[in-house]
Amino acid sequence: MLKKLQSNAIFPHHVQHQPETPILDVSSLSVVYDSIVALDNITFRLEAGQRMAVIGPNGAGKTTLFKVIAGVLPYSSGQVRIGGHTPGGHICIAYLPQRSQVDWRFPVNVTDVVMMGRIGKLGLAHWPGRKDWRFIQQCLAEVGLEDLAGRQISELSGGQQQRMFIARALAQEAELLLMDEPFTGLDVTSQEDILRILDGLRQRGVTVLASTHDLRLASEKFEQVMLLNRRIIGFGCPADVFTSQHLMDAFGGHLRLVQSGGETLAIGDAYCEEDR
Amino acid sequence: MTGLLTFFIQPLSYAFMQRGMLAAILVGVVCAVVGTYVVLRGMAFFGDALAHAILPGVAMGYLVGGGAREPLFWWALGTAVVSSIGIGMLIRAAKMREDTAIGIVFAGMFALGIALISTVRNYTADLAHFLFGDVLAVSNADLLLIGIFGGLIIITILLFYKEFLLISFDPLLAMTLRLPVRALDYLLFILIALAVVISLQTVGVALMVAMLVTPAATAYLLTRRLPIMMVFAAILASLAGVIGLYLSYYLSIASGAAIVLTSTLFFILVWIGKILRQLWKRGTAIL
Repeated sequence: MLKKLQSNAIFPHHVQHQPETPILDVSSLSVVYDSIVALDNITFRLEAGQRMAVIGPNGAGKTTLFKVIAGVLPYSSGQVRIGGHTPGGHICIAYLPQRSQVDWRFPVNVTDVVMMGRIGKLGLAHWPGRKDWRFIQQCLAEVGLEDLAGRQISELSGGQQQRMFIARALAQEAELLLMDEPFTGLDVTSQEDILRILDGLRQRGVTVLASTHDLRLASEKFEQVMLLNRRIIGFGCPADVFTSQHLMDAFGGHLRLVQSGGETLAIGDAYCEEDR
Repeated sequence: MTGLLTFFIQPLSYAFMQRGMLAAILVGVVCAVVGTYVVLRGMAFFGDALAHAILPGVAMGYLVGGGAREPLFWWALGTAVVSSIGIGMLIRAAKMREDTAIGIVFAGMFALGIALISTVRNYTADLAHFLFGDVLAVSNADLLLIGIFGGLIIITILLFYKEFLLISFDPLLAMTLRLPVRALDYLLFILIALAVVISLQTVGVALMVAMLVTPAATAYLLTRRLPIMMVFAAILASLAGVIGLYLSYYLSIASGAAIVLTSTLFFILVWIGKILRQLWKRGTAIL
């Protein structure tokens, strides 16, 4: 009785997705704070299992878009539907923070952080049981961190930190991953590791949005890309979106396009803050 | 040998020393555990402000009760809970920096407290009692209240361990998981307020922040795991309480100050030890 009361009263919005609706359906979304337009008339739609890269300069609204979808930031107008429901009712969405936003000196180890993903399923004031710990072990194994389960988080490499957050999203049983700059500051091997894990997730129908500055990574590894600079400049498959005109529109004076042989090189100087 | 034994046992032959020891240990443990979150969330100034903000409540109780000590606890409790919620709301509502908002409330309330107490004729003595506490004046009734409320605080922290961990480490995840983040924040504020109230007798208003911060900060130097940090902080705090009281007894210094100084000494020793260990590691690495 108590358990039922808690899960219904304290978490009133654990909604089920409506069948036959796209996992993410955003239409005419605008976000304005203090008369500054952060996002302007954003419309797009993703089906379950799709993988989209969000590209744009600093202050383009990438993080704002993710936080609105996650239901932690309010929006001014338009509509956001996740599996047919408004944001805020979903514990199936995982927002993976930029690594520079995390307090890595916090006294927790890898298992502690992954356990946090289970909290939504546990209910208030309940301790994780043996089944939960076993599930957490599985999530760690899935991202190849089972040997580092007891490691303090400040002692992880950048790639391991990112994989830990993916494991936490798995522990959360998330169906929609919002990854904020997951590849920034990582070497190519770590990027490949993460992409391989994401390939595995796609098999299970998990949808992934990742913001990045790496145009090449976006065009090679993502089937959908969005060029964002407060409004959508291009959305679709990389070949259609990454045209010189679109890139100039998105990055403005911060981007130079250089013809070299048969290829166009895009050289940008607008980067998000790197990891400290 | 018997000399040493007498050294430790003799002060305990006084009932007021026994009560003082027990109070210092209980309060130390509770403040250290709550203080772990104060340290991790960077709330030291909040804790300090809260301690000072209860002074007008205590002063009111003192004036209304005509100097009686018993009702003071409840006055302090009421003021602390109201202040913690007030400061919490101010943090959310104020369009200014959080520490500025806290500073305004803290100084204003403290001044009100001093003004109220100054209406009494021999006010310096009364003021000193509230500012610096007197653990040796703890009564059995005080001990009972400390035990009950201290127990409640520890049970609540254990019950909501994972929730407090999450809202401190990653409030965004807490929000996406639909945890009642705001309610949990206020619950933590109220727990800090309760810890402050039960410590009032021990160290007083002025040194309260040391009870919350110093043992937890020392433990933070020693471990990278939250539960262990809590246990270490609790052990350090109770040791500081006991050693501080012996120092107070034999050196005739104020009990609150002695406890806080011992705690500070622990911090310095651990810090030096940590630096030495790092130097040693670097030295062996070079060799």
